[in-house]
Formats: sequence, structure tokens, C-alpha cells
Amino acid sequence: MSVLVLAEHDGRALKPATLNTATAAVRLGGPVNLLVVGQGVGAVAEAAAQIAGVAKVLVADDAAYAHPLAEVLAPLVVSLADGHAAILAPATTTGKNVLPRVAAVLDVQQISEITAVLSADTFVRPIYAGNALATVQSKDALKVITVRTTAFDAAPATGGAAEIVTVSAAAAPSAVSAFVGQELAVSERPDLTAARIVISGGRGMQSGDNFHLLEKVADKLGAAVGASRAAVDAGFVSNDLQVGQTGKIVAPELYIAVGISGAIQHLAGMKDSKVIVAINKDEEAPIFQVADYGLVGDLFVELPKLSAALPSP
Amino acid sequence: MKALVAIKRVVDYNVKIRVKADQSGVETANVKYSANPFDEIAVEEAVRLKEAGVVSEVVAVSVGPAAAQETLRTALAIGADRAILVQTDDEVQPLAVAKILKHLAEAETPDLVILGKQAIDDDSNQTGQMLAALLGWAQGTFASKVVVEGGKVLVTREIDGGLETVALTLPAVVTTDLRLNEPRYASLPNIMKAKKKPLTVVPVAETGVDVAPRLTTLKVEEPAKRSAGVKVADVAALVDKLKNEAKVI
Repeated sequence: MSVLVLAEHDGRALKPATLNTATAAVRLGGPVNLLVVGQGVGAVAEAAAQIAGVAKVLVADDAAYAHPLAEVLAPLVVSLADGHAAILAPATTTGKNVLPRVAAVLDVQQISEITAVLSADTFVRPIYAGNALATVQSKDALKVITVRTTAFDAAPATGGAAEIVTVSAAAAPSAVSAFVGQELAVSERPDLTAARIVISGGRGMQSGDNFHLLEKVADKLGAAVGASRAAVDAGFVSNDLQVGQTGKIVAPELYIAVGISGAIQHLAGMKDSKVIVAINKDEEAPIFQVADYGLVGDLFVELPKLSAALPSP
Repeated sequence: MKALVAIKRVVDYNVKIRVKADQSGVETANVKYSANPFDEIAVEEAVRLKEAGVVSEVVAVSVGPAAAQETLRTALAIGADRAILVQTDDEVQPLAVAKILKHLAEAETPDLVILGKQAIDDDSNQTGQMLAALLGWAQGTFASKVVVEGGKVLVTREIDGGLETVALTLPAVVTTDLRLNEPRYASLPNIMKAKKKPLTVVPVAETGVDVAPRLTTLKVEEPAKRSAGVKVADVAALVDKLKNEAKVI
């Protein structure tokens, strides 16, 4: 039996989350089929076919799929469920929106945000904001699963030679929902959840303007910029930068927390980072208890020094 | 129009979770419970729609033990008009909750069902989407803004990388994100008034929904703890460690 993975992309390129999800799919066993849904996604499908470990790329290319509306995507995924032992999607906002709709139609209890595959029916997933890890076994014949991408390595983006198959020639637009508009933050920096290095600011940044101090360091390191919930709630930066239990979960190779005290809710979003650096003037701040390297000091002094100490990229 | 709001009784968000020694779950004895914060936002939104004259009645519903009546009373104190508890002492997983809510939605015929995007205990983030699927309704998940106009609801959604707005034909399901609103503190007079508002208790068997869990929890463990590392004297020492010891830059 094959495993079906719902690929995530922006219409032009695959999102890295797809690669992590492919790894989880491979661990489940059986051939992996990748489903690319969208409009004008030929190039995305070509890229998907290169992913190591993918057997087949299923392509549904239609104007009705121009935006990933759950009401349109879910029936397509449901129609492809036959012959698959499991359906996976990354636990991104798209995956989280679409997959439960698929699961309910198929009468399957979804398993959300798995962090490990123990066998074809047994998985580990965080509960209580990651303060506990549950090992759960599914009784459903078909598994519907979202994958916490930071818990799985990315599958190699090249080396595969999957067959590309068109699965849906035409689709009906949703009768009940319509896309109205999008406001996406435009940034030259890498995507927060896919960046190798993340530098985040907290309440200690004191204002949104001061985030340029972080950005200077970020640009030297090729890092993404994040923020704590306190910084978002104070209006310094927009919510899509939030790292934490209620924001994005990140696990980069290097995470630099600046002016962040280390509330549990923030730690839930970054504690799986490989190396953590904390810069904070309060040496008692809880962030130092999880940091590999701590620097006690005034961020307004230390950040310019850090920026100056790093070579230009 | 009528709004149905689903609310779950969960371990309070301030409680430090302890895993039971026998790994069967987390310690829930003598622990403070409260309404799931995302569901409180859902109640607040429905009540604001009522105050704005858009919604005429707000019905709060919950699935859980008898003690969930307290949670429903908090919804009534915020401003819901009446409440329904589908009572059970058993664990009810999201798919079964969605089926129970479908049963209630068919009886109550609301125009809008508002739920939290996820419960802070099992962190599933499924029930709203599943309910929308079972009813065949549109869904607006992770809402940061909700505007009802001309038979539609415009939902601004928090998505990776920014915001997205969708127009949904009513009836529809909306799930709340954190920035949708800040729930009010219920005033003492409203808490008193809430005690007199109607609260119906329905045994789960009466809904006809099979709530047998599909997922079996084999064990619950504490995650690996990170230990504190070293303090560095200055930026030069930090850069040196990152380059030569951690080798990440």
C-alpha cells in the first residue's frame, strides 16, 4: 500500500516542509506518492519528481485549485484515498486546515503533528504545548496524519525520478467559499520555519524600530527574524514572526534569543533548536536555562558588537 | 441569526503539567480547570456579534463531564444566552466531538458555529474542520477577523507568512486564533445572572454518536530536558564558540 503526501508549494516552488513530510512518509513504509494541487504547477511537479524516495507525483492542475481552499482540496484528496494506507500533510496552516476535513469525510480520527513514526500505526505526538509526549496507536485502517516538520530531516530534493501522473482534469470551484485576498509579508530573508539560523527579539527590544538591530545580524548570518509573543502583543512586529506555542514551531541549527525572558510558551516553539544562544541583561532570565551559550548584557550594546564581529556574507 | 459556540473544559493554561509516574497520562487530580482559551475567544466573538445586532442568540455547547457545567456558566457569564452539555466521563476524541456537534447543529440550525482553533490539552486542531466537513459547510479557520455581511461571513485567517481572507456562504464554521479579540472579564452581576440562564444536560448516548476512541494512548512521557550551557564573557567569546565549538556559523 502506498502513502499519499499532500505537497505544499506557493504555485512556483515546493515548500521545504514537503521534504520533511516525505521523510515521515518513507518511515511509514510503502511507495510514496506526492500530490501536487494548484494552477499552473507544472514546474512544481517537475521538482517534486526529483525528490529522493518519491514513487509517483500526482498532479491536479486546474483554475479551481488556484488557492488552497479546504472545501476544494479535501474532496480531491478524499477521491485519491483508495489504495493508500496513509495520507500525510505537513502541519502548516494549509495542512492543518485541509487534512481534518479529509479525515472526517473518510471517518478517520486524524493524528496531528506527529514527531516520530514508531510503526505503521503507532506515532509520537506532543500534547500540552509540548510539555508531554504521547505515544498513540491508531485503530483506523487508513491513517490521516499531519507532520511536525521540524522533527523530521528533509528528504534529498534531488536524486529521484518519479513518474508524473495527471489525476484530475477538471474540478468544480467551491460553492460555499471563495478566496478574497492575501497579505503576505515580503522578505528577502529565509522563511522562519525553514531557516538554518533564526534570530528572535522579545519585549526587551522595546520597539519595532529596534528590530533593525536584529535584522543587521540576520543579514550577516543569512538568518530569519522571529519574535516572542510578548513582542507581537506589544505591537513591535506582525504575528507571522511569532515563535512559540501559539506561533511557529522552529528547530534551526542556531537560534539566537535576544531580549527574550524565556516564557514556557516561547520555549515550546524553539527548544528543539540544535544550538541556542541567549542575550539578555537579566542573568536570572529562564531563557539561560535552555541556552547553550548565554551572554548577559544590554542588547543595545551587544547587538551592534555582534553585527560588527560577523563577516559580511 | 443564531450562533453556536463550542467550549471545552481543559487543564488551566497556568498549570504546570506533570506526567504520571506510570506514564498513563498527565496528572489531573487536584488541578485547576478552566475554559480552553481559544474557545473563550469564540464565545467573546459570538457575544460581540450579538451586541452588534448581527446575531440574535448565542448557544454555548460542551462535551464532557458534569463539571463542564462550570465552564458553560463562564460562557453564559460572558453573554451566551443558553447552554447545552453533552455529558460523558469518557475521553471523546475530535472526530466524535465533531459528530456530536453536528447532531447539535442539526437540532439548533445555527447560521454560524464558532470554535477555538485547538484545545490546549490534546493540541489536535481538528474539531472545527471536521464539523464543517460533516455538515458540508464552508470553514474559516484560524480567524483574526470576522465580518458578517449579506449572507456571507468574511474571515481573515492567520496563515504561514501573513493573512488570507475568504468569503464563506452561511451557514459556516469559524475557528478562532489568538488575535481575534480579547475576552472580557465577566462582571459579578453577569456571573450571578448566568446562574439563572438555562443549561440543558444531555447524556451522550442520546446523541447516538459512537464515541469509542480510535486512538489508543500507549504512554505519555516527559520530553527530554535541555540543560543550561555556559555563559560567555563577551561577543568575541560568543562568536568564537559558535565558530569553533558549535560550528554553526
